[in-house]
Amino acid sequence: MSQKLSRRNVLAKISAALAAACAAPAAQAAKATVQKVLVESGGAKGYDPTKHKWAMAIDASRCIGCGSCADACKKENHVPEGHYYRTWIERYVITKPKPGSDEARGEVLVDSPEGGMHGFGPCPVPKEELLQSFFVPKLCNLCLHSPCAQVCPVGATFDSPDGAVLVDRKYCIGCGFCIQACPYGCRFMSPVTHTAEKCTLCYHRITRGLKPACVEVCPVQARIFGDLKNPVPDDPLQTFYKNNRVQTLKPHLGTEPRVMYAGIDKEVR
Amino acid sequence: MDVTNVMAHVASSVDVTNILVEVAPRFEGYVYPNEASPEPLWGILIVIYPYITGLVAGAFIMASLVRVFRVQALEPVYRLSLLTALSFMLCATMPLLLHLGHPERCYEIMMTPHLTSPMAIFGFVYAWYLMAVLLLELWFDYRQDFVEWSQTEPGFRGMLYRALMLGVTDESEAAVKLDMKLGWIISIIGIPSAFLLHGYVGFIFGSIKANPWWGNVLMPIIFILSAMVSGIALCVLNYMVLTWVRRKKIDMRCLDMMAMFLFYALVIDAAVEGLDWIHRIYSAEEDFSVIRYVATEKLFYTLNIGQALMGTVLPLLMLGLNQVVRKRLSDMARKRMYFASALMIVLGVFAMRWNVVIGGQLFSKSLRGFMSYKMQFIGMEGWLLGLVVLSIPFIILTVMIKLFLSERLPTAGHTPHPTPPSN
Repeated sequence: MSQKLSRRNVLAKISAALAAACAAPAAQAAKATVQKVLVESGGAKGYDPTKHKWAMAIDASRCIGCGSCADACKKENHVPEGHYYRTWIERYVITKPKPGSDEARGEVLVDSPEGGMHGFGPCPVPKEELLQSFFVPKLCNLCLHSPCAQVCPVGATFDSPDGAVLVDRKYCIGCGFCIQACPYGCRFMSPVTHTAEKCTLCYHRITRGLKPACVEVCPVQARIFGDLKNPVPDDPLQTFYKNNRVQTLKPHLGTEPRVMYAGIDKEVR
Repeated sequence: MDVTNVMAHVASSVDVTNILVEVAPRFEGYVYPNEASPEPLWGILIVIYPYITGLVAGAFIMASLVRVFRVQALEPVYRLSLLTALSFMLCATMPLLLHLGHPERCYEIMMTPHLTSPMAIFGFVYAWYLMAVLLLELWFDYRQDFVEWSQTEPGFRGMLYRALMLGVTDESEAAVKLDMKLGWIISIIGIPSAFLLHGYVGFIFGSIKANPWWGNVLMPIIFILSAMVSGIALCVLNYMVLTWVRRKKIDMRCLDMMAMFLFYALVIDAAVEGLDWIHRIYSAEEDFSVIRYVATEKLFYTLNIGQALMGTVLPLLMLGLNQVVRKRLSDMARKRMYFASALMIVLGVFAMRWNVVIGGQLFSKSLRGFMSYKMQFIGMEGWLLGLVVLSIPFIILTVMIKLFLSERLPTAGHTPHPTPPSN
């Protein structure tokens, strides 16, 4: 009995050692892969994604539609020319209801010429017909349950532990499924790399302690960026959460966007 | 504009359609900036992909009627349907590969599949269906004939049949019986596999909740039903064309039976698709105004005329009439009606795939605007390549019919389903 037990013990030990011997290189390889991915996404060397949780918030009531953010994003991230945007601004123009109609509000006109990169032209309706007009900056919604990462057939799009949703462009097969699955129109097929592209929160910047380009250039602090795991004193993000009643876009889809909006309207989708 | 200018324009212009018809404005209302591309992300190749896989599943189910459900009247089309399924199956991945941004990385889908993706499993479902179902069932059905033909046929054909025999030359009664038995088992496994193959394709679209045109629980079922309809219709066409080419007499009992199954499949298909629309209209959710506009304006011709009227209502009437007064109609009248119905169904189901794939990309996910699609002639998503891709399975089928359904080659003549000895 004891002999049998000891044999079992020996066998168990040998197999454990074997398993460890097999698992160690696998774990190392996995770690190396993750690090490689992070480096390829522009992350800084030695940056640990598990120690951060990045988030962005938008105070739409502050946005003046200058377009600096969209412009800065294009330049910073070498976003291809044409109808490709990692971030953009929408202008909402709501007219007064027609005289005699019993409606609360009139027509809703939305535009985003060149993603709002060069600002907006004059208001498309005369002042006396205008009820409301406001701007809404858009970007990747950093969904908690990101449908784009869910549908990627090879896992090229993934949720980084620090909250960014990234694309490994050396791995993406360019099927476009993620672009179809994003409810917010935040992704596009790059005509240069033929892979899916999206907002990375300027990963190459935030991993080096900088702010994303769009946040950096916003003259009115309509975009608020921060690290939920490492709040700073008077953290702008925490202040935003404290002072505002927030909304997310298309909440009925269950994607749980982590980008929260203040000062938007029911018309914003 | 002088002549050379015009010539240069024509030569450089890839959109022939633009010259022929007036083109609608590209965008109406507001579309997200990333959606403002002149072509939808998924074009004609992705329309062809579910069309081809649907034909595979439908043709296979047609063959299963003989083997599993013992519909003896359909025996003349058993092998033809299986070969049809195989020829289309061999081409099913082609439009997908052509459409990928990086086709050279396609193996990653099978090497490192991301298991939450509806697309990741396609490689496995495809491989399973091709290897474990179609090829095996065909092999067991043909094995005895391969042995015979390898002995009688000289040259290339003889070598081919000898190779396909895979070294199994046993022609004993027991061995042939085992062939039939195994073929029957594979066919039984094959039916849920065919449903899986195409239901899965429907799920690729049905799972996209971001798109109200696609994100629909009925989508896999609609895809399977329309697949059955299109597959049976294609078998009707193939059978009629083949007998016409060979100047043979059509087995009217077989054709009537196919038309009957086609009719019932179409009734169920139309009922479920109708249910889908009733539900959409009645619940009239946030996206309804957009969906209505797409259905009544953007897709007016392909949806209302192509899919509903030509692909469903007219064939239903014609096939239904045949069910009611079959005996009063002459063979010729019936043949013409069957052929017309099958042709309209095959085109109508293509229109259905178009409506699903392209329709889902004709409106902005902001639900505030619409895109237009004007198909180009040349290019990856042009209709020239689309036609080429669609014609390749027919070319393969022609070769296969020459090789495996040749009139010169006598078949062992066993029935493709295990029948009791008394029959």
